Amino acid sequence: MKLGFNLILGGVLTGLVILAGLLAPWLAHFDPVLDADLMNAELPPDATYWFGTDAQGRDVYSRMLYGAQISLTVGIVSQIINTLIGVALGMSAAYWGGWWDDIVNGLTNVMLAIPSLIFALAVMAVLGPGLVSLLIALGLTNWSWTCRIARSSTLSLKSLGYVQAAQTLGYSDTRIMFTQILPNIMGPVLVMATLGMGSAVLSEAALSFLGLGIQPPFPSWGSMLTDARQMIQIAPWTAIFPGMAIFLAVLGFNLLGDGLRDMLDPHMRTRKL
Amino acid sequence: MNAPLLSIDDLHVRFPLSGSWFGRQRRMLHAVNGLSLDLAKGECLSIVGESGCGKSTTALSVMGLQEPTQGSILFRGKPFSGPQAPSRMERAMAAQMVFQDPYASLNPRQTVWQSLAQPLRLHNVTARSELSDRIETVMRSVGLTPEQATRYPHEFSGGQRQRIGIARALILQPEIVVLDEPVSALDVSIRAQIINLLLDLQEEFGLSYLMISHDLSVVEHMSDRVAVMFFGQIVETGPWSAIFSDPVHPYTRRLIATIPDPGAVLGLSREAVVDGPAQAPAGWRFADDGSSAPDVTQEPKPSELVEVAPGHFVRLSRS
Amino acid sequence: MTPLLDVRNLELGLRHGAQAHRILKGVSFQIMPGETYGLVGESGSGKSVTSLAIIGLLKKPLQILGGEIFFEGRNLLALPRRKMRSLRGSRIAMVFQEPMSALNPLQTVGRQIAEMYVQHQGKSWAQAQKMAVEALASVRVPTPERRVHDYPHQMSGGLRQRVMIAMALACDPALLIADEPTTALDVTVQAEVLKLIRELCAARGTAVLFISHDLGVIATMCQRVGVMYAGCLVEENATRELFVDPRHEYTRGLLGALPKLGSRGLHGRQRLVDIDSFIADRSRLTDTRFIAPRTPVSGEAGS
Repeated sequence: MKLGFNLILGGVLTGLVILAGLLAPWLAHFDPVLDADLMNAELPPDATYWFGTDAQGRDVYSRMLYGAQISLTVGIVSQIINTLIGVALGMSAAYWGGWWDDIVNGLTNVMLAIPSLIFALAVMAVLGPGLVSLLIALGLTNWSWTCRIARSSTLSLKSLGYVQAAQTLGYSDTRIMFTQILPNIMGPVLVMATLGMGSAVLSEAALSFLGLGIQPPFPSWGSMLTDARQMIQIAPWTAIFPGMAIFLAVLGFNLLGDGLRDMLDPHMRTRKL
Repeated sequence: MNAPLLSIDDLHVRFPLSGSWFGRQRRMLHAVNGLSLDLAKGECLSIVGESGCGKSTTALSVMGLQEPTQGSILFRGKPFSGPQAPSRMERAMAAQMVFQDPYASLNPRQTVWQSLAQPLRLHNVTARSELSDRIETVMRSVGLTPEQATRYPHEFSGGQRQRIGIARALILQPEIVVLDEPVSALDVSIRAQIINLLLDLQEEFGLSYLMISHDLSVVEHMSDRVAVMFFGQIVETGPWSAIFSDPVHPYTRRLIATIPDPGAVLGLSREAVVDGPAQAPAGWRFADDGSSAPDVTQEPKPSELVEVAPGHFVRLSRS
Repeated sequence: MTPLLDVRNLELGLRHGAQAHRILKGVSFQIMPGETYGLVGESGSGKSVTSLAIIGLLKKPLQILGGEIFFEGRNLLALPRRKMRSLRGSRIAMVFQEPMSALNPLQTVGRQIAEMYVQHQGKSWAQAQKMAVEALASVRVPTPERRVHDYPHQMSGGLRQRVMIAMALACDPALLIADEPTTALDVTVQAEVLKLIRELCAARGTAVLFISHDLGVIATMCQRVGVMYAGCLVEENATRELFVDPRHEYTRGLLGALPKLGSRGLHGRQRLVDIDSFIADRSRLTDTRFIAPRTPVSGEAGS
């Protein structure tokens, strides 16, 4: 199978973020929190401080590496929660139909009508700032598209022979959902999850930027941008590099999602022929 | 006559139609209207009709995939539908189904072995040797080799997939097999192989077939008895020879007359059979001659199935 | 009489660099003016790509690898694209299997038929609209003056296929290609549509290339039949002769594999022929072929 350009570039970018996060302790030159030195504040990029330093004299490069951990954690964990909720609701709604389907549909429409960032803001306001509440907020607010996709894929599978055959062979409903339906809707769900990671990274940045996400002094790309806001004139590098990281990571996740979709699509087509 | 294996009595299936205006009473689509049929042990009974006549809904009701609105289905005299229906597990041992589209009837993510072993395990066949034995046997009986079971569905042709579908239907050794257009998606040469296989298996295992089909030549070739359905009702039923050589109801006659059949150029003319207008027996008339589509949201007009010859029933109204 | 359509040694397939994978391996047949010629074969035999090649709608990566298609004396394969486009719809028309996908869902059927007159005959829209009503009436659509305002989804499958036929025959083409036109329809509707094609084409003298997998439909529609197998025309004969006396192994196998209505009543249930037990090596089937010499008045043969 020929791998698409999107898939390769997306994979490389995503891989870089993952590597940066995993290898942060070895790649970083300084401690992201403790190595504050006001003597070295707001230094432009040089051989020691590759991406310069911030207002507290911390190394932007090292902070970005640790920030990758946060972004990745937020992206992956919140998407796992979203996918679990979305798939469970969408698949069961389509499979059982009736009043349960009506309820799930209504809930999905409500979720789609509320901008997810506003909803996340509300959840954060209740739970208070911090990484755990960030994960919960983002995990609870972005499942509606996954749910829709899981629902429509399940609907189209439900009338197929092998699902009906499983019923006539005596399989229980949950067994049918797990063995017959789930493996066959994983493709589109996976694509949604990957695309969702990009938006979760963005949401994390936005919430942290608003001061509701990761609390100082711990670094996240969003909170680094917040810090940089005040001195964007005198030390633009403090904003440019985290901004670039967010841009590239989101681009990477989106390209990976698109690439996965392209890769799964022709497969479906050849199978039909 | 022996007690029937499966007996459908006054089956009704209605579906609610959406889009009721002004909050009126919800309109219902009458898919099956009081259908009664008996299936004897070892026979092949075919339900013939065009799309929308309710033949598939009837099959799904027998399989427990569609809850009847009214009426009963009995298997060996015991309820097979409704509140006293057996569990899915018990039902699975009694009746299985072969589907129309061989490309949609197998899970693409499971090997043939998994598709066949899973139901066996579910029904407490867990010993590895017994599993393999039964899978080997069933693979051989549908004309495949046991080695082929390790493959995925996409590695097989349409005809082979249909064989696998048949193997899956037989793996639990059911007494009834519902055949839903079993060969209509297949090429002519493959079709013949599957028809031959189905007839061989029926003889070998004493299976009872309930076949749904619109293909009259296949129906004539395979069936012992035939029921012709038109908009949710049986309009004519009887032994295959009576239906094909002495059809009474105008709809049956029209079906037979309109099938393009190569037999026509071979001089196996059926024109003689359906020549002239349909004649209702004295004192009776046809409630509906099947020439126009009736309103599917209404109960059909009262009529009854009248025995015109032994075992040969036609839907008529008193004139 | 010169043939209307003369397909000569047509080869088409895929090309990977210097290597060519042939799907049609040199197919030749002729259709006389007003004749109904059937191509019958199983899926993958190449009957549909043949029709697409004739009407010039072959999709990449499929391409013509050799041969000629003469239509009214001109080689269609050498014709410039623009010429071919004006020929399509006016001289050669096509009816597809699935009318729903061949009709534009956003336009009324009346407008779609009228378009044919505007496009190919330079009529005004007002004139064309009137002609569309007549066209619908000619395919026996009840209350055509009302039906012209319908959208495709408001019609049944049988009506939609009638609209397709009205469109195809709008400009009085010399050749109608019908590719499995009734496969998606119910039997009683199928019979009506087949009758319509037969009668309209006979009345207008339109030649038909009728493509089907259904030997029964072919038998009732065509005067001559070509049997295709694996990209080759393996047998060609007048319909009656072909069914009564099939000469090629594959045709014999195919006919034997078919359950025939009435046969059980006359001869009892006979086992259907299993083509694979009958022919040991399928790959050898295309080595031989039987093309019957044409009888002088073949155009009038059959019914």
